[in-house]
This record gives sequence, C-alpha cells and structure tokens, in this order.
Amino acid sequence: MEEKDKTARFEQTVLPYMDAAYNLARWLTRNEQDAEDMVQEAYLRAFKFFHAFRGVDGRAWLLSIVRNTCYTWLHQNRAHEITTMFDEEIHSVDSDTSNPATLALRSADHQLLREALDELPVEFREVVVLRDLEGFSYKEIADITNIPAGTVMSRLARARERLKQLVCNRLKEKP
Amino acid sequence: MECKNAQILIDGYLDRELDPLRTLEIEDHLHGCAVCSQSYKDHQVLSEGLRTGSVYFKAPAGLQKRIQRAVRQAAKAESAPRWLSWSWVRMAAPLAAAALVLFTLVPFLRGPSTEEILTREVVSGHVRSLMANHLADVPSSDQHTVKPWFNGKLDFSPPVQDLATQGFPLVGGRLDYLDNRPVAALIYQRAKHLINVFIWPSSESSDSGIKSETRQGYHVFHWTRSGMTFWAVSDLEESQLQEFVQLLQNQSPTTL
Repeated sequence: MEEKDKTARFEQTVLPYMDAAYNLARWLTRNEQDAEDMVQEAYLRAFKFFHAFRGVDGRAWLLSIVRNTCYTWLHQNRAHEITTMFDEEIHSVDSDTSNPATLALRSADHQLLREALDELPVEFREVVVLRDLEGFSYKEIADITNIPAGTVMSRLARARERLKQLVCNRLKEKP
Repeated sequence: MECKNAQILIDGYLDRELDPLRTLEIEDHLHGCAVCSQSYKDHQVLSEGLRTGSVYFKAPAGLQKRIQRAVRQAAKAESAPRWLSWSWVRMAAPLAAAALVLFTLVPFLRGPSTEEILTREVVSGHVRSLMANHLADVPSSDQHTVKPWFNGKLDFSPPVQDLATQGFPLVGGRLDYLDNRPVAALIYQRAKHLINVFIWPSSESSDSGIKSETRQGYHVFHWTRSGMTFWAVSDLEESQLQEFVQLLQNQSPTTL
C-alpha cells in the first residue's frame, strides 16, 4: 500500500534518468562494470533517502547521489586518481595554446574524444560531463558537485583547455 | 579586460551563463583579441563535439531490470521490519515488560488452585473428624458392614477394604462433604494414628499418579483410580502413610 506507493513514485521520479546516472558513473569510474554497480548502489541509496527528496528535478538529485557514490568508491579503490589537494591554479590556462587548433579539433572522432576526456583529472572530467553531456546549468552543476557556482565556470574553462591540449596531442601522434 | 580573466569568462559566455554586462565586456574583448577569440572557437568546437552525444554512455540493456529488482527488494525489506521499527519497539517494550511481570506474578496473584483448596478442605475434614466425637458414622472393622452402609447415602459405591492384616485396620466409615459434594470417608488406624480416606467419583476418566503434600503437619496423598478420586490424610509418618497408600492402590478390582 504505502510501500508500493513509494516504490512507484520513486521509479517515476528517477528511473527515467538511468542513462544520465550510468553516463556520469561511467565517466567517473572509467569502467563500464563498475559504473553499473555504482548506479545500482546509487539507486538504492536514493531509495533509502527518497523521503527527504523535496525537489522537482529528479535528475539532478539522482546525479548528486551517483556522484557521491562514485567518489566514495574512488576514495576506496582509486585514491591515487583523486587529486586531493586540487589546485586550480596549477592547471590554470596559460596563453601558449595560441596554435590554431579549431580545424584539427573538428576532425577528432568520438573515440579520440573519449580517450582525451578519460585522461582529464576527475574534477575536470565531471564538470565537462555535467555541462556538455548532460547540459546542466552552472548553478545545477554547483549543487550536484557541491562546489561554489563561481568555481564551476573557472573549472570548466580549465577543463576545456586541458581537453583541447589532450585532443591536439593525440591528433599529432596519429599518423 | 585582461586575457587572463577573459580566458575564464569565454566559457561562461559560451554557455550563456554571463549576466548582460559581462557578456558585453567579453564580446568587446573577443573582437579585439585573436588569442582569446581562438580559444573561444576551440572550446566551442570541443563543446559541440561532446554535445553530439557521440561520447555519451547509455545504460546497458538489463540495467533497468536489475535496478528495479534491487529497489523492490529493498522496498520489501524496508516494509517488513516496519513492524519492528524502533518507534514500535519503544511503544511495545513497556507493554512486553508489563506482560512479563504479569506472567511471572500471576501464579502468586491469582487465587489458590482447585487442588490447593481441596487440600485445605481435606485437612480440615480430617481435623474436624478428630475434634468432634464424630469420627465414624458406622464404626466397624468389617468392610462388608461399612460398604453397604453407604448405599442410599451416596450416589456411588466406594471401594472398602480392611487392611488389618497389613497393619492398617479399618475403623469405620462416615459421610463427609468435600469439593461441593457428599463423599465417603473411610477411617483406618495405625497404632494411635488415624487415617482419613476421602473417596468420590472423579471428574477425570483417566487414572493419575499419586501426588503428595504436607500441610499443617499433616501429610496428604491423592490420586485417581478407576474413576474415583482418593484423598488420604493423616499425621502418620510420611513413609508409613505412603505404604498405606500403596496398599490401597493395589486393591484388586474385585475388592472394589
């Protein structure tokens, strides 16, 4: 009765966003199998705390849980991948990227893009995924990732710049 | 605007996240700065490349089923212990404790059992028979005198047997009143000790073993045999009374 109601409401609220959940989990763990486990765990966590869900956007709520689940897993299994003292300035953009890359970037296929994105530090990777793959606003990304809204823009700028370099490097290596 | 600031703002501009003033500022800068303009175009191409969905990982088939199953299982598990949830336990615990205390105390709180009442009655009957000059209505050591005497006085015929040869001579018979009904009382003697045996039809069909009790210095034995309830009471030493009870019990049916 009440329990059945809850399950039905839960499924209506978050089940449609399984692709988004899986996509984020895949990009954070960089492994399909782990991503599946993360998504399942995240859904179970979400179900447990569903009574606390007051928002309207089930997708953002779900993805924040997916992100937390993945970060917990990363800390336990891939601690070296997380730059704990993540210094924005170290990765700040310098102006030596003046080489015109636009045409080259256009020729990058999806395999190359995936490899390059996988190579980004996870803090960069997640803002790119949330912005360009999921289309969240800066405010929503700030809520999901629990970082200040102002940081979202600067982190995204640096992430894209790094990604551009990674893609260009790969294009150069290609015969 | 410096390029350093512009390099960050171009992404906000690209994503249409800047307020109108900042938008004008960055547009102004991009018009005059080839480096930042190039960055803007590169980021735009990258962003568009990612937005096409070509790098998007869609959930594999079967994941939805797997998750639905897991969630419904969790829902079941969640609803089951609901009966045992802490709030319920908090409410129930004092009740359970009270029930436990009650169950422990009930044997002490409730009135005496039928058996206890009977034991009291039997002892009283025995004592009374010795106090008043009313030990036997039919003073006879002859079982064939005592047994017929009960005819017409009781709605049953009690087994009467002289045990003189075994050291428990029959003294006589008497009518008494126990357990809300008239009963037969047989009096036996051992030395100077008198034994009262109360007999009446049992409400239970099956025989029961001998139970014994001691009350106010009197030993009480009672048992059920062949549809009759027997209560023997005396100040006789317990082992001797037990011997007497064994003799009564071993009466052959023909003597009953």
